[in-house]
Amino acid sequence: MTARLKIDRKYVSILATIIVFVILYVYGAVLYKGMRQPQAFFNLLINNAFLLITSIGMTFVILTGGIDLSVGAMIALTSVASAALLENAGLSAYVVIPLMLLMGITFGATMGAITHYFKVQPFIVTLAGMFFARGMCFFISLDAIPIRDPVYRTLALTRIQIPFFERAFLSIGAVVALVVLVVGMYIAHYTRFGRTVYAIGGNEQSARLMGLSVARTKISVYAISGFCSALAGIVFSISLLSGHGLYARWVELDAIASTVIGGTLLTGGYGYVFGTLFGVLVTGLIQMLIQFNGELSSWWTRIAVGALTLIFIGVQSYFAYRREGRTLNITATAETESQAHAVSTAEVV
Amino acid sequence: MNDSTFSWHRLRDSQLFWPLLALALIMLFNLIFTPNFYNIEIKDGHLSGFLIDILNRGSILMLVAIGMTMVIATGGVDLSVGAVVAISAATATVLINPALANQLISSEELIQDVTRTPLWLCVLAALTVSTICGIWNGLLVSRARIQPMVATLVLMVAGRGIAQLITNGQIITVYYSPYFFIGNGYLLGLPFSLYIVAIVFLIVWLFARRTAFGLFVESVGINARSSFFSGINEQNIKLIVYTLCGFCAGVAGLIYSSNVKSADANNAGLDLELDAILAVVIGGTLMSGGRFSLLASVIGALFIQSVTTTMYAVGVPAMAAMAIKGVVVLIVVLLYSDQTKNVLTHMIERVGVGS
Repeated sequence: MTARLKIDRKYVSILATIIVFVILYVYGAVLYKGMRQPQAFFNLLINNAFLLITSIGMTFVILTGGIDLSVGAMIALTSVASAALLENAGLSAYVVIPLMLLMGITFGATMGAITHYFKVQPFIVTLAGMFFARGMCFFISLDAIPIRDPVYRTLALTRIQIPFFERAFLSIGAVVALVVLVVGMYIAHYTRFGRTVYAIGGNEQSARLMGLSVARTKISVYAISGFCSALAGIVFSISLLSGHGLYARWVELDAIASTVIGGTLLTGGYGYVFGTLFGVLVTGLIQMLIQFNGELSSWWTRIAVGALTLIFIGVQSYFAYRREGRTLNITATAETESQAHAVSTAEVV
Repeated sequence: MNDSTFSWHRLRDSQLFWPLLALALIMLFNLIFTPNFYNIEIKDGHLSGFLIDILNRGSILMLVAIGMTMVIATGGVDLSVGAVVAISAATATVLINPALANQLISSEELIQDVTRTPLWLCVLAALTVSTICGIWNGLLVSRARIQPMVATLVLMVAGRGIAQLITNGQIITVYYSPYFFIGNGYLLGLPFSLYIVAIVFLIVWLFARRTAFGLFVESVGINARSSFFSGINEQNIKLIVYTLCGFCAGVAGLIYSSNVKSADANNAGLDLELDAILAVVIGGTLMSGGRFSLLASVIGALFIQSVTTTMYAVGVPAMAAMAIKGVVVLIVVLLYSDQTKNVLTHMIERVGVGS
């Protein structure tokens, strides 16, 4: 009995998100007939595929205690750059897609390196990155560029039939998002890299003292986020078949909100990649409910997402506060110990 | 020799040095590359030209930067200023032009040069609403103990929704000419908004530097816990600082809506929080809190506005200018980082020894 309770406490925030999602979905299904069809659920995945991919990258960054504000701009830049390369330069989609992913990785890694080596807050660096990426979109083109590339068109029109459900399908983008989710879960929870990410988020100082490669991990985390947002940008441009610099505004906020609703602590070191899936689903579901309602205006989505984020953060900080109160003495002694340790290592050196 | 290094150190350690240097650099750039940049002529009884334009357009940023400086000095950040600007603008314009609550109003009625509410009440309401937004942020940070970035993120996300709720999702246009004076009027040849900035700056400066308040803010920024133990009510200090920031954003919202003669909940104060934070950082206030300088932040704001105006003068499209702004900001931030400063100091000292 006690053992079960312990496991429950570990997963409490993830469970809370899942319960919120289920309650909201059941509420919607009771009210609106359209939501009772399985396709309604799959549409949730299809419409939010790019947000899910972005949020998984964001989860890694937030787990290390950082933040990446450039993701929305990166999605826009990918959509414009790929559209320009496909249409104006006439390159093949098989060249453009890897090129875009490479651009995302480079962009993210650069920001990560600046954050780490110059000790500038990730907040400021990624903000500058966001300005840069958004601005570059308009250097490439001031207007929206339509994509007529046959490969993109086929990808956009492909529907993947889901077994056991009649007339239920997923888009390529949604499948990509689910693959990214599984890979993300594997990396976060079953690799050495993932454990280092959590260690840095818990306490960067002690991670360094333990001999973990803090620099490499931090830079990789931003590179992952850059890769994810570039991939999200490709999925986004496939679904819209065009590219423009004003696309994907506020996505960075949605991604942060989804990650937080999914149970990841913004201070880092705690959270699950799987939770992010439900964070994204809850944000998408709110939007869907407001669309189904039809009377409420779309700005209620922003208010509802903001309120929900606040509730989750409030609960988190309440738990953190309680934990802090209980372990205050322990940390105090631990600090003196680590100082003593630092002094002794200094003497040895 | 000894004397000159001493004054060099003093100059370099002054918080005003770096923002002034940055401003001087951009002005030098304009001297070389932008014709007519320094021309000031008299049009319709007031001064006009690029420099006056920077002062007028920069007034919004300067105001927000003043509020933001104190918040950042306590080790926090306020991401919601852009949204508060939108809320303030929406409140003021809605009271002048009542497109509220789905009322059907004929278009003739909407474009009359009249107001539904006395001007002072509009201003008061807008400032009250934005101050309440500031108090909300302050309570979340000081009482609920949520990290500032996250606490203000909530209002940043929801704030624009609230502003749209106020304007009922429409872009509200104002035709009431006395209201235009706030953001478009000229007094003694200079933009009226500049006088507002001067007054707010003076009040905040007196409050911060002629009382112990500024010292308390810095001490909370350096170490909130030890400030608490030395008898400073750090919760209330934080609350006041966020309230002040909301108020400043409210004033900025009035100037903005008066300047563009409308309130657009989606675009009012867009990216303003970013510009304001950058202005404060360029002003030498550390994001981790501590020592702050209001004047340096104002100069930082002028620098950012100069960069923006320069882009327009050179002919870069407004949106594309963001990219260059990002690069400029990154360079400035990297110059500010301790690593670069150490390298620079070493280089300068070596040169000094060599000569």
